[in-house]
Amino acid sequence: MKLLLLADMLRGDKHADRVVPPSGHTAWLTSFTAAAMTFLAVFALALSLASGRLADRWGDALARSATIRISAPTGQMDAQTRAVLDVLATTPGIARARAMTDAEQRALLEPWFGPDLPLDALPIPRLIEITEDDAGYDSEGLRQRLTAEAPGAVLDDHSRWRKPLVMAAERLRLLGLMSILLIGATMAAMIILAANAALAANAQVIRVLRLVGARDAYIARAFVRRFTLRTLAGSTLGAILGMLGAALLPSADVAGGFLTGLSFQGAGWLLPLILPPLAALVAFAATRFAAFRKLKELT
Amino acid sequence: MIAFENVAYSYGGGELLSEVSLRLAPGSFHFLTGPSGAGKSTLLKLCYAELLPTAGHITLFDRDVRSLSRDEVALMRRRIGVVHQDCQFLDHLPLSANVTLPAMVSGRDSAIADLDDLLNWVGLAKLTASLPPQLSGGERQRAALARAVIMSPDVLLADEPTGNLDWEMSLRLLTLLVELNKMGKTILIATHDMNLIRAAKQQVPARVLRIAKRRVQLAGADL
Repeated sequence: MKLLLLADMLRGDKHADRVVPPSGHTAWLTSFTAAAMTFLAVFALALSLASGRLADRWGDALARSATIRISAPTGQMDAQTRAVLDVLATTPGIARARAMTDAEQRALLEPWFGPDLPLDALPIPRLIEITEDDAGYDSEGLRQRLTAEAPGAVLDDHSRWRKPLVMAAERLRLLGLMSILLIGATMAAMIILAANAALAANAQVIRVLRLVGARDAYIARAFVRRFTLRTLAGSTLGAILGMLGAALLPSADVAGGFLTGLSFQGAGWLLPLILPPLAALVAFAATRFAAFRKLKELT
Repeated sequence: MIAFENVAYSYGGGELLSEVSLRLAPGSFHFLTGPSGAGKSTLLKLCYAELLPTAGHITLFDRDVRSLSRDEVALMRRRIGVVHQDCQFLDHLPLSANVTLPAMVSGRDSAIADLDDLLNWVGLAKLTASLPPQLSGGERQRAALARAVIMSPDVLLADEPTGNLDWEMSLRLLTLLVELNKMGKTILIATHDMNLIRAAKQQVPARVLRIAKRRVQLAGADL
């Protein structure tokens, strides 16, 4: 119903557009507010999408991998490693399991200890990388079997540090979406204030229109159309500027982490284009609400 | 058309009109007189539902005004042309747009097609592009009359329509109102200009209502 009204309103009425005099400050105030709010909404959207991607990546990729750490005397290390691999080979839900080589372990430690780490001289635990299949494995059962077969083996399924990270990313995504809602509500409030100011400034015009037989819907339409189109224009400009800003952000890079992946990706670039029509819809509803309420007060 | 039954109107704690009963029959011509502040404009405003009575009943075209919704009041006003004392124009619109305003808001483009004839009738054909502030008092009153009749209303109300006019222009405006009455329109003119009333009574069987002591009475035939 409201969409039909919106379509009817956008078609316009050449007479209704003329009866309300062009207003000064409310015109640019509405357009500026719409542009600024949409610009901010583009970045909130980008933040929300990036957080979503991060949460998915951490939640999905890391959930499918685990590590077994074997701490044993040098003489028993190979035997316990074999025992663990044997256990893993017969454990349902394990797709792959392999012991990391000395070179891989050295590479892992290199950022902290440098390239000349004497791996042979240090009691470095052996790491076994596990990738689970779609069905997954029973981590508690695996722990019990490892305790029996290889007492030095400890299963780390990453849940201890993965969960808070996924939760943080989810919260960040929620925060982004809430920001968009708040931006929309703020824009609606600003437009209502501007519409009220325009209606109050045109009280005499409204009085004359009522006296000659204009219905509230006719008078409201003149204001609603004006504010909706101004918002659409301002919001379109804001969206374009926001997308340009997002395009200038650094592209996703593993070394840069989360902050370099904030821009839109793929079809995500289409999402900011939804913001101007949404802003126009918000303006339409807000001005219509303000106009009908104010008209009842004025006449 | 318009009927008052024991109508009272109070404003600011005081009663301005009391026990007013009157009936404007179709095609009738009435004057409303009384001293300044007696309530002539208030009574006219009650006639087109800009004000609602504080007591009694007003019936417009067989409908009680209190039962009308805002939209119904708007539709009712399309049947009542009003010439306001201060004309009530939109100063940013040219004369032609101001005159056609009632037709514009009601979507009756056919009425707009008659604009040239109408402006010729009131003698403003050459001023269509003028803005209201550029018009003289007489031109504004005639433009207001043109706007009041463009929708061919059943009733025409005029509040001191000759208040700012010289006698020659007043007679010209009166002639236009008499012509409308002869076309079957119901006319009610609020004025304190006795000469205008006498001039009208020579042309039409006008009745004169007088507001005195908050009540409306039928004035003597010697006016």
